[in-house]
Amino acid sequence: MQKYLTCLLGWVDERFPLTSNIKTHLTEYYAPKNFNFWYFFGSLALMVLVMQILTGIFLTMNYKPDADLAFASVEYIMRDVSWGRLIRYMHSTGASMFFVVVYMHMFRGLLYGSYRTPRELIWLFGVGIFLALMGEAFFGYLLPWGQMSYWGAQVIINLFTSIPFVGPDISLWLRGDYTVSDATLNRFFAFHVIALPLVLLGLVAAHIIALHEVGSNNPDGIEIKEKKDKKTGIPLDGIPFHPYYTVKDLVGVSVFLIVFSAIIFFAPEMGGYFLEANNFIPADPFKTPPHIAPVWYFTPYYSILRAVPPMMNSQFPGVVAMGLSVVLFAFLPWLDRSPVKSIRYRGSLYKRFLAAFVVSFIVLGYLGTEPSNVWGQFGSGVPIVGGLDRATVVARIFGLIYFAFFILMPWYTKIDKTKPVPERLTA
Amino acid sequence: MRKMMFSRFLLVFFFIAMPLLTFASEGPVLDHAPIDPNNKESLQRGAKYFVNYCLNCHSAAYMRYNRLTDIGLTESQIKDNLMFASEKVGDLMTVTMPKKDAKAWFGAAPPDLSVEARARGADWLYSYLRGFYRDDSRPTGWNNTVYDKVAMPHILWQLQGQQVLKVDEKTDSHTLVLDKPGSLSPAEYDQMVADLVNYLVFMAEPFKERDKTLGLFVLLFLSGMFVLTYYLKKEFWKDIH
Repeated sequence: MQKYLTCLLGWVDERFPLTSNIKTHLTEYYAPKNFNFWYFFGSLALMVLVMQILTGIFLTMNYKPDADLAFASVEYIMRDVSWGRLIRYMHSTGASMFFVVVYMHMFRGLLYGSYRTPRELIWLFGVGIFLALMGEAFFGYLLPWGQMSYWGAQVIINLFTSIPFVGPDISLWLRGDYTVSDATLNRFFAFHVIALPLVLLGLVAAHIIALHEVGSNNPDGIEIKEKKDKKTGIPLDGIPFHPYYTVKDLVGVSVFLIVFSAIIFFAPEMGGYFLEANNFIPADPFKTPPHIAPVWYFTPYYSILRAVPPMMNSQFPGVVAMGLSVVLFAFLPWLDRSPVKSIRYRGSLYKRFLAAFVVSFIVLGYLGTEPSNVWGQFGSGVPIVGGLDRATVVARIFGLIYFAFFILMPWYTKIDKTKPVPERLTA
Repeated sequence: MRKMMFSRFLLVFFFIAMPLLTFASEGPVLDHAPIDPNNKESLQRGAKYFVNYCLNCHSAAYMRYNRLTDIGLTESQIKDNLMFASEKVGDLMTVTMPKKDAKAWFGAAPPDLSVEARARGADWLYSYLRGFYRDDSRPTGWNNTVYDKVAMPHILWQLQGQQVLKVDEKTDSHTLVLDKPGSLSPAEYDQMVADLVNYLVFMAEPFKERDKTLGLFVLLFLSGMFVLTYYLKKEFWKDIH
């Protein structure tokens, strides 16, 4: 038996680089041996992507992208399709957990300088994945055709209207109609199930190919390829990805699936954060809900949009600020001037800026889920802020901190006192 | 050590701060609905009230009659006692009233109630169904403390009786007072509404309780998988460091 299998493998290898690919990407891909907690999220993101595609395929078998049938077809999946409810909850929970995992993955990049030379392209592909994922989530959210689906899409598409000169035409072109309608639902379905998944898969492949070309960063931010075994040419601090990190990632997968299943079986709505109550009311173009909020993973940027005051009667500055708040991530490799990569060897200045950024991200995220009058107004006698919504003022302050993290980065990373970086990985 | 503490701090911040961000409450104060999803008798009574009082104007067009077997009824019981408008036990709970007529008669078409409990919440429904009071300024003669200027008349008024709204101008608070009693005592009426809401919650997500049991087995399996993978990893990593 063994003999025949070896024979078959030889036959394949003469025609397709199977063994060499397995070696390049698994058994002879040398990863630093000191990966910590934050390094679980890359493989988890890949797993969630696969899960979203698989559950998505099964949902498509019963979902109807038609304004008259969409809402009912989702309930049909929830009730009459065998295990349909669990497939649907896996998909809806998967969407939110995708963002949880991706945000943790990006934060890891910030902690250990994973975007620095020579990994700029990995980071850029990653930002591309993040943007595609946001598009994917936005298009997908319209499909259940509930009130939040409908009015969320309406609000976001209307943002494009504020672009000078061409705005109204662009939003008309996006909607395919003068309001969000059946035409919009059909094209969003097409974007969600085929266009963006293709883009995502392509970018993910590029992300991993680029990573395996230059090698993984690590919590020390040291290039392990600089210290190689003289005889074998293998990095001294590197270990083969398979089996070491495959078995380790399996532990991560187990923990992740425990959390994931707990949500699916016991709290699929996650207190209104993963599935909003208003989305159980069918879309009604004539009834605007009193409070329209995006899903939690968009709320930091939505907060920034709302915080910018209209200028010359146009919301456009807010739209630009919101766009910038996402796109600025792409410039990190060139904004960071520190001589060291990892937070372990950076000075206190960077740590303070990063902590302030994380806090502002969370505060903005919270405020984005609430109406802007959630904390009431300042009294009219208060100087400068008198009469303004308290939450808006807070969002402006934290919005400025958010942008300061990026814009001041060339300055504070340069003057920051760094510590000496060791030659080899620390434990 | 300090760098470790820093990343720990951020981690703790992530996990503790996130759940603390709760929604601010707005709108009327709601009463807590005393419902028990495992009380089959309450669910059965609720189903009876639903088909008798609600399912004339409101549909539940995503719910099938035979799904009621999940709350302990047999198909013949459903057919003999609960089916007035349909023939087959696998039919959906639809109504014959055209939406257009309904809109002309009430000013708004009665919404489908299949997932109403998920949109409104049990407490809202419980408070709403107990919140009707006489208001002669309204076309139906009824208003509601939870849903101001509601289009729906008080269908259960013969059971509950007639409430009036007493406004205390000093404290600007209002209380509902039973003006003319109905055929049920206030406690009996509250129990009836609780049963009905219990049923509406079941109907909105019929598999919820059953899936919780399944969820426990899934979590048990995954915990086993965690232990297994953890020791597998430990075994493999013995020779590193």
